[in-house]
Amino acid sequence: MPPPPIDEIDRRIIKATQAGLPLCERPYAAVAEAAGVDEAEVMRRMRRMLEARIIRRVAAVPNHYRLGYVANGMSVWDVEDEAALELGEAVGRLAFVSHSYLRPRHPPLWPYNLFAMVHGKSRGETEEKARVIASLLGGACRGHTILYSTRILKKTGLRLGE
Amino acid sequence: MSPWESLVMDDVDRRIVNALQGGFPIAERPFAVAADGLGVSEAELIERVRRLRADGWLTRFGPMFDADRLGGRAILAALEAPAEDFERIATLVNAHPEVAHNYERQHALNMWFVIAAERPEQIEAVIAAIEGETGQRVYAMPKEHEFFVEARFGA
Repeated sequence: MPPPPIDEIDRRIIKATQAGLPLCERPYAAVAEAAGVDEAEVMRRMRRMLEARIIRRVAAVPNHYRLGYVANGMSVWDVEDEAALELGEAVGRLAFVSHSYLRPRHPPLWPYNLFAMVHGKSRGETEEKARVIASLLGGACRGHTILYSTRILKKTGLRLGE
Repeated sequence: MSPWESLVMDDVDRRIVNALQGGFPIAERPFAVAADGLGVSEAELIERVRRLRADGWLTRFGPMFDADRLGGRAILAALEAPAEDFERIATLVNAHPEVAHNYERQHALNMWFVIAAERPEQIEAVIAAIEGETGQRVYAMPKEHEFFVEARFGA
């Protein structure tokens, strides 16, 4: 078994920040107080977790629905295996792609291996963006579709220690 | 502040939302560092972020954790729910506490959910249970590779 990627102090920092960073002049000092360590230690550990990609990023996350991005499509692509890693990197670099993964195919029902979440203010805009992906993938792509979500059936956050 | 003010963002708000999506500093006075490039004072930036958060323009402000790298595991799965049985199957799937998100989507595979658990064998057990309860095959779609993304939503 590999060693756990986080220790008890990291866990305390995660619990103190998973609902968000305190909005005050010295937010990391406030986190430090909650976690029972000092400010420099919090900053050092958060930088380490960023480097280890345990923290994806420290940032503001806009409510994209509120900003008008209501056509959220999961675009899925059947891309030749040999080209999938390189082309997936390029797709991930497109500014309108918010998540991008390789996943297993389940033929014949599910021939797609590359997933890219695309957000637009209308389905037309999302389809326009999908055409950019299609031209980037070129002949390595044998087919694709866009799955729009029509209803949220359940949504609960992933929470540590609860 | 008038009750209408919170319903719109001004140019400064937009600049803040656009800039801070990309990242927020880890520093003793991070708002002062960020405010420098935005043409606002530290105090004004804190106040504006507080308002954008309270009014729902921002859903989060802070570190985004990768559940997979915290030692747990989360996988995407899908199933084909016949229209006449859709609600019953959704109820059965959602009843599992390990099911974190579930979306209806337009495709033959019309139910897409994320199963999150501390140990891989728990995920297999949930999939087996859902297949038994619903009579439908569950298509597991674990990530084989995650690409780095830099999505921006223009505010």
